[in-house]
Amino acid sequence: MIHFVLLFSRQGKVRLTKWYSPYSQKERAKVIRELSGVILPRGPKLCNFVEWRGVKVVYKRYASLYFCMCIDSEDNELECLEIIHHYVQILDRYFGNVCELDLIFNFHKAYFILDEVLIAGELQESSKKSVARVIAAQDALVDAAKEQAASLSNIIAQATR
Amino acid sequence: MSDILAQVATNTESNKNAGNAILYECVLTIMAIEAIGGLRVLAINILGRFLGNRDNNIRYVALNTLIKVVAVDTQAVQRHRTTIVECVKDSDISIRRRALELVCALVNESNVKTLTKELLEYLKVSDPEFKPDLTTKICYLVQKFFPNKRWYIDQMIKVMVEAGRFVKDDISRALLLLISNAAELQGYTVRSLYNAFQKWDGQESLAQVTVWCIGEYGEMLVHHMNELDGEEPVTVTEADTVDVLELVLKDFRASSTTRAFALTALLKVSSRFPSCTERIKALVLQYKGSLVLELQQRSIEFTSILSKHENIKASLVEKMPVLDEATYIAKKVDAADVAFSTDSKSVPATVLPAVPVANGPTKSKSGTNALMDLLNLNVDEASTPSAPQTRKSAGDVLLDLLGGNSSFTSPLVASPVQGPSGGADALLDLLSIGNATSQTTSSPLSTLEPFPQRNPEAASQKPSNPVPDLLSQNTVSSQKDSYSSFTADFKKSSIPGAGFDLLGDLGIGSASSISTTGPVYPPIVAFQSSGLTVSFEFSKQSTNLPATVIHATYTNTSSNTYTDVIFQAAVPKFMQLQLEPASGNVLPANSSGTVTQVIRVNNSQHGQKSLVMRIRVSYKINGQEVLEQGQVNNFPPGL
Repeated sequence: MIHFVLLFSRQGKVRLTKWYSPYSQKERAKVIRELSGVILPRGPKLCNFVEWRGVKVVYKRYASLYFCMCIDSEDNELECLEIIHHYVQILDRYFGNVCELDLIFNFHKAYFILDEVLIAGELQESSKKSVARVIAAQDALVDAAKEQAASLSNIIAQATR
Repeated sequence: MSDILAQVATNTESNKNAGNAILYECVLTIMAIEAIGGLRVLAINILGRFLGNRDNNIRYVALNTLIKVVAVDTQAVQRHRTTIVECVKDSDISIRRRALELVCALVNESNVKTLTKELLEYLKVSDPEFKPDLTTKICYLVQKFFPNKRWYIDQMIKVMVEAGRFVKDDISRALLLLISNAAELQGYTVRSLYNAFQKWDGQESLAQVTVWCIGEYGEMLVHHMNELDGEEPVTVTEADTVDVLELVLKDFRASSTTRAFALTALLKVSSRFPSCTERIKALVLQYKGSLVLELQQRSIEFTSILSKHENIKASLVEKMPVLDEATYIAKKVDAADVAFSTDSKSVPATVLPAVPVANGPTKSKSGTNALMDLLNLNVDEASTPSAPQTRKSAGDVLLDLLGGNSSFTSPLVASPVQGPSGGADALLDLLSIGNATSQTTSSPLSTLEPFPQRNPEAASQKPSNPVPDLLSQNTVSSQKDSYSSFTADFKKSSIPGAGFDLLGDLGIGSASSISTTGPVYPPIVAFQSSGLTVSFEFSKQSTNLPATVIHATYTNTSSNTYTDVIFQAAVPKFMQLQLEPASGNVLPANSSGTVTQVIRVNNSQHGQKSLVMRIRVSYKINGQEVLEQGQVNNFPPGL
């Protein structure tokens, strides 16, 4: 299973973390610190798998962001690379040419999408289309609710309550 | 299922990562179901293809899986050996590590030579963070698969020249073990080491091994003994050997262990090449004030030996006995409980060379253990099997040396003044002058005492002890003078005695009698017959309750003189017994004189069972043999 997902920039700033195994706050901070220290110095030609503390960490660098996933020793690393790529493709399709800024300003959407793709450390949805459809539906709901809250009748009702 | 797997494997295209991921998963599945035959071949072929892929990830994954495959099917993997060796030199460190592991798994007797050569080549160019791993692996391979000893020694020398810093202590110890066991190669070894040493650059292990070999086999180096064909002759003078040792001593990169090795080697060399003694003396003297206690101690001891005790020097630094490999390996496994067993032969030669560091502050734990092992090795001989009774057996040996008694828990023990049992003739002669009873605690080797469980024997082998005897002209006296080294309290009175004894402090000679600080027990009459009375007096130290010292007194109550009086004793299994030499073996008639003897007993069930002993006395009246025996049951309780 995937133990955690970690996204951090080249400067080491953490953009997204998702934990599928119990890690205390202190442990989390420690893990993030250590892993950044291990992965950031690695050169471009090196392979994408790192053995670290008895577990494997698979990472891929997209532009200035490192996507890391920590998997068990028995798992298929190539498969994990595929999962990372799958996730990035969905983000790309949703945001349209995604860049780091998109993730900074819309980190909540990034989390929503991640939750669609991975559940309990396993791949749940392998179809990009389904994920896109579901997220689109969610967005529509949000918009509708916003609109309703902003409509004139609502404001009047609020004021006279 | 195999059909499906085969189908998937053949139909998947592997130019994209997704395809490769699927193929990899196939391979994993095939390995997991432990298929035989065609399917497994298919899997290994896929892995072989992966190995050739340019993508680092794929190669990494392939290497990883191959390690598991090797366990199952070595043959198939051998085909890809060259590719794998190429991977060892890859730029990616994860791949390098994996490839190295795989190579080690692949080695067998037939390909070890080529593989080692490749690995050694790589060792020269590898980067520093990878070197320790690589060195350890090479050493491991060489150790496991060497086809002959000469090759082993060659490879080890090469490794030490390249990466001496990373060669661990136990590997160099194992090498020394092998060298000492390969008598015909010793000359060749020491010459190769000498040559290799010319390129010395501070490598710790190379220095240690070279220095040790020069110390042991220096004369082979200088006199070209045992030359093997194909060897180029190299002229080495005695001064050159001392040069090497001096170089090691003076170099700032040498650790204290190495310097200690060098000092000992200097001592050995001075006895092999007497012409260099002056120079060696000067060199050794420089460490008299060293801040490292180990070096200071050695320096002072050796200086004393060199200046004052030329006569025993030769016997002190005799060649080491051949170290027994099997016991060494067993002991490595059992390092914690190991104890010395001594052989009288090994006593003079081996005590000095590797004195374990009790006080050396710079010694690391593993270094100490390694040295301790070496000392065990030195002292260990297959002929005297050790195990739990080492304390006793050391006592035995020492007693043998001193013409005393050895005791066993099996029936009878003879206590005539025995002749020497080993080759330490020189020492015995010395010892017999004084009838060697005056052992003192404060020997220069008293620093061994802080390792109580290992050193009772070492502490008891005090080859330099006869010296105070000689110097102080002790006569055959007080049997009561203790083998205080045999008492369990080894920590006592480590008189700042480095060299104290050798300085001939006479006061020590008649020294330490048994301290009777313990509880007092009434004397008993152990045995009484018409012609003989044996009485026992007891003393015990409060610090060591199971052990008791018995002073036995024999009186002749008949009107005939007894000659050749021999006293023997036997004790049950839970007790240990040591008999010291009797003060004499003639009992004059009518109680006009007595013979005394010290008996040491250790009651391992102290408090539960009281002492019991069976004794037998044989003597001659006018040439007639008489034998008397009886059982002593009236020991005071609580002994």
